[in-house]
Amino acid sequence: MAELDLRIDYYPTHEHKGIKYRRGHVLPFGATMVPNGVNFSVYSSASTSCTLVMFERGEASPFAEIPFPDEFKIGNVYCMIVFDLDFENLEYGYRMDGPYDPANGHRFNKDTILSDPYAKAIGGRDTWLALPNKDEMYSFRSRLVFEDFDWEYDRPLQIPIEDLVIYEMHVRSFTMHPTSGAKYKGTFAGIREKIPYLKELGINCIELMPIYEFDEWEHSKLHPETGEQLVNYWGYSTLNFFSPKAGYAASGRLGMQVDELKTLIKDLHSNGIEVFLDVVFNHTAEGDHRGPAISFKGIDNKTYYMLTPEGYYFNFSGTGNTLNCNNPVVRNMVLDCLRYWASEYHIDGFRFDLAAILGRAPDGSPLNNPPLLESLAFDPVLANCKLIAEAWDAGGLYQVGNFPAYGRWAEWNGKYRDNVRKYLKGDAAMVGHLAQAIQGSPWMYPTRGTTAGINFITCHDGLTLYDLFAYNTKHNYANGEDNNDGCSNNESWNCGYEGETVIEEVIALRHRQMKNALTILLVSQGVPMIYMGDEMGRTQHGNNNAYCHDNDINWLNWELKNENADLFVFAKHVIAFRKAHPVLRNRNHFTHTDYMHTGFADITFHGVKPFQCDFSADSRVFACMLNGQYAKNGTCLDDYIYIATNSSCEAFKLELPLLSNGMCWHTSVNTGIVDAPCHFDIGNEPVIQNTVQYVLGPRSVIVLLGKLKNTNPL
Amino acid sequence: MAFIITSEISEGIAKLTLSGSLDSSSASLMQVEIQKVATQAPSALVLYISELEFMSSAGLRMLIFAKQKLGTSVQIYIVQPQGQIVDTLQMTGIIHSVHIVDNYPAQ
Repeated sequence: MAELDLRIDYYPTHEHKGIKYRRGHVLPFGATMVPNGVNFSVYSSASTSCTLVMFERGEASPFAEIPFPDEFKIGNVYCMIVFDLDFENLEYGYRMDGPYDPANGHRFNKDTILSDPYAKAIGGRDTWLALPNKDEMYSFRSRLVFEDFDWEYDRPLQIPIEDLVIYEMHVRSFTMHPTSGAKYKGTFAGIREKIPYLKELGINCIELMPIYEFDEWEHSKLHPETGEQLVNYWGYSTLNFFSPKAGYAASGRLGMQVDELKTLIKDLHSNGIEVFLDVVFNHTAEGDHRGPAISFKGIDNKTYYMLTPEGYYFNFSGTGNTLNCNNPVVRNMVLDCLRYWASEYHIDGFRFDLAAILGRAPDGSPLNNPPLLESLAFDPVLANCKLIAEAWDAGGLYQVGNFPAYGRWAEWNGKYRDNVRKYLKGDAAMVGHLAQAIQGSPWMYPTRGTTAGINFITCHDGLTLYDLFAYNTKHNYANGEDNNDGCSNNESWNCGYEGETVIEEVIALRHRQMKNALTILLVSQGVPMIYMGDEMGRTQHGNNNAYCHDNDINWLNWELKNENADLFVFAKHVIAFRKAHPVLRNRNHFTHTDYMHTGFADITFHGVKPFQCDFSADSRVFACMLNGQYAKNGTCLDDYIYIATNSSCEAFKLELPLLSNGMCWHTSVNTGIVDAPCHFDIGNEPVIQNTVQYVLGPRSVIVLLGKLKNTNPL
Repeated sequence: MAFIITSEISEGIAKLTLSGSLDSSSASLMQVEIQKVATQAPSALVLYISELEFMSSAGLRMLIFAKQKLGTSVQIYIVQPQGQIVDTLQMTGIIHSVHIVDNYPAQ
């Protein structure tokens, strides 16, 4: 500090009511600690003047308002250093003056105090669901954070994407239930307490649903019939892109959410678990022309939002507005934001909500070569981050299979989800689609390899895995929208009874179907993603759009781990099986040839008879054999793996392919086994004696290993 | 409550006694004391904080600063912290970088 004090450019040149300041630096944007002061820098192209407004933390009225002198504006950037501020107790914002002319895209109003788009923390929602003071003159207050976290030797893990097993989760839902046993329920610290569980399950990546600061009270309402409080629970509505949600931190009320989140990430990394963020750059919490001006709308509306020629908001997000991502200024903000999270928080990857919007021009038209997506793909700071697109938007742009990838982007494979669901419920003409899904969708990604697709059967959006086999239709009345919200086409099947039942056959079939789904997911080429709680049969009681519930509908009931112990143990097994067998984790597609002259092609298709797969519309049986000598595309050795699936209600007797060199088939998984364990520990798989009449039960999946003989015959 | 800090070095052990509130207005005082004891390369740092009532984010930074200034081989002992301070250390995970003890040396 002493040496820095000697710099001659860090002395005040101006004074305003006892507060000393000087011209600042235009970069970086935001509020940055400098010797003895804070550098404030904010961009606005169409404003006529700007005033810095500063509060003591929590105070109703500002202690100072300093207009930026004209000479402090360089280009379209206002910059100022203010000295002798209390970093920890400072809250700040801006008044931006300029035309209020919506028809031409301008909505300036100097009476409104606006958050800094580059603020690193936001005050106002420090404690989850604490009642806000609606009379406050400034609700979402920009704050400073210390960037001196002690990361020690931590860095992003850089696990190859094909080796990941992603676990999508909601911070609050994961530990909020009374059964979680966590001390700090519903928080980042709560997740840290559950790291041993995540390790036990075997996943090596968590994907956090939005943790950027949002307002849980946004669009809150009471259920028209039950009176229950409904809130913006999931948080897909960003207030600020650089700030972690304080209400997700046990220490948020103390302003320590940054430390708490970084500690979580550091501890996850030290346990071999990567951290992905679900980021929402397609829209903000400011809504359409009727929504509040919180930040972007008042700072430079025409820059930050896609506007119609009449000055209204394009609504490709379905939430009122659309961020103008391919405007160069906004594009740079997105880049700055992701670089910040990658460098300051050591984030390993990002999943972009409604990412098709990121490929739209300011007038809404899809771009052939979207500059933002290209910039992200080739950004030097993000070079080792995984980039995953939800390749569609609410405006009808559906890009699964053809998202502009630049050799970098992966995408949520929505077609995988739909096709596997259809196959599992027994639809006709699905065997070919299942073959594609298990191979990593080579028809969809012929040049991009298997890792272009994030395979999933369930995610936060839609039914849980249990509900997929317990409900034919959505049951969203609890959302207060008369069951009109949420997708109506779920490709689900209730196994014979809608909802909860005591019919043992139905319960058993549901468990088998969940195991079938988990097995197919974990043996498919590509990157598997599991939704939180599916490993223990979590239910949302048929609700496929639980965005508004801060209660049991979303909270993970940890008792299910015991109640559905068979399912949980099974999920652990198939995850461990995937990790043990590199032939399941190829980066490139199979060639269907034996280019290394091993005796078998890298993958072969089968049916009831070896090498005779029936792809006709009436077929429900599919089998394939993966040649272990082609593991990791021929770079390492593995066992042979034979996978067979049956979505019909009748059993079949399979003739298995003949192996050579003393190898024989062993059973790892057989979900059709009813009265005994349906999976076998790795290394202790029983040998199959009858390889010409191996029973594939109704609605079952088997996974066999071809290797030298174990000594444990079935 | 005003922040008060005293320091001493005894047999190679740096001992700081803190009371009051450790926040952004007082953290610099602790930083000075840490820098002072660091010049004598202590083998351990012991913080007597039974009278410390509050530790803010700026206070936490002083623990990080101490660890980095003294080196990772120098253990930091926190003697008789109040429950609220322990809670803060737990929530933020800093507790893994220090030793919470009732007495130093242990009896």
